[in-house]
Amino acid sequence: MNLLHFLSGRLVKGVLVLFAIAVLNFFLIRAAPGDPAQVLAGEAGAADAQLLEQLRQRFGLNEPITTQLWIYIKGYMTFDLGFSYRQQQPVLSLVLDRLPATLLLTGAAFVVSLGLGIVMGALAARRAGRWSDSLITTLSLVFYATPLFWIALMSQIVFSLKLGLVPNVGYETIGANYTGLARALDIGHHLILPALTLGLFFTALYARMMRASMLEVAGADFVKTARAKGLSPGIVSRRHVARNAILPVVTLAGLQAGQLVGGAVLTETVFAWPGIGRLMFDALVQRDYSVLLGVFFMSSAMVVGFNILTDLVYRIADPRIEAAS
Amino acid sequence: MAPAQTPKTGGSIHVVVQPEPPMLMQGLNQNGPTNMVAGNIYESLLRYDEKLQPQPSLAKSWEISPDSKVYTFKLQDGVTWHDGKPFTADDVVFSLDKFLREVHPRWRPIANGQVEKVEKIDDLTVKITLKQPFGPLILSQEVGGAPMIPKHIYDGTDYRANPANNTPIGTGPFKFKEWKKGSYIHLVKNENYWQKGKPNLDEIYWEIIPDAAARAVAYETGKIDVLTGGSVDVYDVARLSKLPNSCVTTKGWEMFAPHAWLTPNIAKGGPLANKQFRQGMMFAIDREFGKDVVWGGLGKIPTGPVSSKTKFYSADVPKYAYDVAKAKELIKASGYKGEPIKLLALPYGEVWSRWAEAIKQNLTDAGVNVSIETTDVPGWTQKASNGDFDMTFNYLYQLGDPATGVARNYISTNIVKGNPFGNQGAYVNPEVDKLFADAAIAPSDAARQELYTKVQKILADDVPVLWQLEMDFPTIYRCNVKNLVNTAIGVNDGFRDAWKE
Repeated sequence: MNLLHFLSGRLVKGVLVLFAIAVLNFFLIRAAPGDPAQVLAGEAGAADAQLLEQLRQRFGLNEPITTQLWIYIKGYMTFDLGFSYRQQQPVLSLVLDRLPATLLLTGAAFVVSLGLGIVMGALAARRAGRWSDSLITTLSLVFYATPLFWIALMSQIVFSLKLGLVPNVGYETIGANYTGLARALDIGHHLILPALTLGLFFTALYARMMRASMLEVAGADFVKTARAKGLSPGIVSRRHVARNAILPVVTLAGLQAGQLVGGAVLTETVFAWPGIGRLMFDALVQRDYSVLLGVFFMSSAMVVGFNILTDLVYRIADPRIEAAS
Repeated sequence: MAPAQTPKTGGSIHVVVQPEPPMLMQGLNQNGPTNMVAGNIYESLLRYDEKLQPQPSLAKSWEISPDSKVYTFKLQDGVTWHDGKPFTADDVVFSLDKFLREVHPRWRPIANGQVEKVEKIDDLTVKITLKQPFGPLILSQEVGGAPMIPKHIYDGTDYRANPANNTPIGTGPFKFKEWKKGSYIHLVKNENYWQKGKPNLDEIYWEIIPDAAARAVAYETGKIDVLTGGSVDVYDVARLSKLPNSCVTTKGWEMFAPHAWLTPNIAKGGPLANKQFRQGMMFAIDREFGKDVVWGGLGKIPTGPVSSKTKFYSADVPKYAYDVAKAKELIKASGYKGEPIKLLALPYGEVWSRWAEAIKQNLTDAGVNVSIETTDVPGWTQKASNGDFDMTFNYLYQLGDPATGVARNYISTNIVKGNPFGNQGAYVNPEVDKLFADAAIAPSDAARQELYTKVQKILADDVPVLWQLEMDFPTIYRCNVKNLVNTAIGVNDGFRDAWKE
């Protein structure tokens, strides 16, 4: 009952937050200079006043801003995310079309980085001060600090161009027409570079956080007690230290999970991965308001959703939190 | 031209297109990427060779009346649309007189201003009657400028909302097959193409790769066969074209002949409205450096408003060699007091930012107080459209004829808000207006040349814009791809004649 109460409270708050975000997004985007009609005309290299007028009329851009806002809000109430000016398609179908590619990429990166990060962090903490610890901390510092696009390009040059191991761009081999397992393997092959590149940054983040958190907990009184009881170092480390140290990592994982949709703009761009991030970036450059708003809304919904989920995971990982909330 | 070889048939070709086109219905959209892909699907009455001489396409022959007012086009026999319906004079009349007149920003002014009527004589003959002689008409039938639209699909519908826009139907050598948004566009051979034996290739994949460096790697790894003009960074061109089995050409841009310049906002008054000051800036900018260092040696220094690659160019104009002393002298004589001038950079990639920096340095050396202002593409479009700048870069296609591609930047009737590609600096000179107006409708090429020579001289002296570069956009491709570029619009004319060894 308590859990249900907690959950419904969070859901109501979440919906309110989403509504506020939706309205804020609407005004923020329109505060930027330029409009889709001008961009479309500009890309064509020639335009006359009549063409601009025709375009504006079609997009409803000559309506008063309040009318546009009302149409937008009304649409969202019925899960109608609007119509893309540039692509001439409903936003919902554009987003759903790109969603699988993004979820595959960010999901793979999430799993890899979380698993690898926790293991590496724990390892480094147990061997604090030794050379393996230095190696892990140095590597994670390097991957944390290096710009993603640089790693992305370098990995393309090394692994695709020089070594010829993996394809450098795309989602699958274009024109190969694979089906079934062959297609899955092909996509997997294309997934390796972008997922690792995107994952590296978070791996570094998790490893650093896990290590710091483990070392902090290791000095706590209850750990000393556990050791004094004569428990083996392995059990102390797993049951008493790691379990307590993992809480900040859960927070971070919740944040990363919230970015599963829309959080991979750079990686998707450099690897020509046909996902949401690129849809959003293109829409931004083209001032395709409805697509931008649609993607923003979807990603905000994800963030809100994962925040609620993270809170739930907290309560499971550390029952004391319930008492405090 | 290489020695004649018998083309091989079959094979597929992978080409990059960037950015992803908004749609492929060429009548409704004239974006660069749209034209590049859709030129395979649609066709127009004429093509143009690299000297801009008209060649047959859907029109197999044409006649111009002695008074230069009546154009009669004979159409090819046995042409069908991709859905099997025959292509006839009715389609031509519908395209030129109804569809494009309503929606096409380049054809509309010609149709409304110059064309008296477009008539069908019989199923394979169309007559265009002009109100007065209009030289550029013969150059206006390039596929991006006047694509033929199927009447049976569009007549009587709301053109822009027609669901057929998603599955374009043309008469061209390739048919639309599939568009995987964000990944690729797939075109396949039109087995019933009117020109027997063409096209040679079976399929074209247009791949969408947003990052320029990744495009270069994709070409190097062999994923991509053709890098179209402008698809890799300028500094990658030399390296990629030196790879084994890599060929490069700067041909195929004669029709567009992109001309880059700085537009000073004359309407704002102040130093930029002063002719001496503008001349001073012309002397201050080291354009050779811009070409050689920023643009990797690609292109040519322009002498004035008309590109040396197109018709009616005249070299007999005042010239501006790099001369800092002279620049300082003119700038001082103009009464310049160090008023700050903002240079709005063009957000079209690294090379434009570097160029802005080089020019800023040049102008600073000559004593001009310049700062660089940056924005994104929609922001630039808005500022440039509304005259909200001191000085900005711009570059425009010349479209084969000064009447269509050049006059628009200098005539006072084209000072309009909302369009970044008109007379944005708001230059006004009644004499120039009159010369351009007379030249457009002068009956003979000789008469037109005389007027254009005159106007080029005046403009080069007045410096309404600061001409920087006749741009080259090299196409890089694998040498086993043959006969890729053979008209004045290059790959935009489609891969009808291309083949793969």
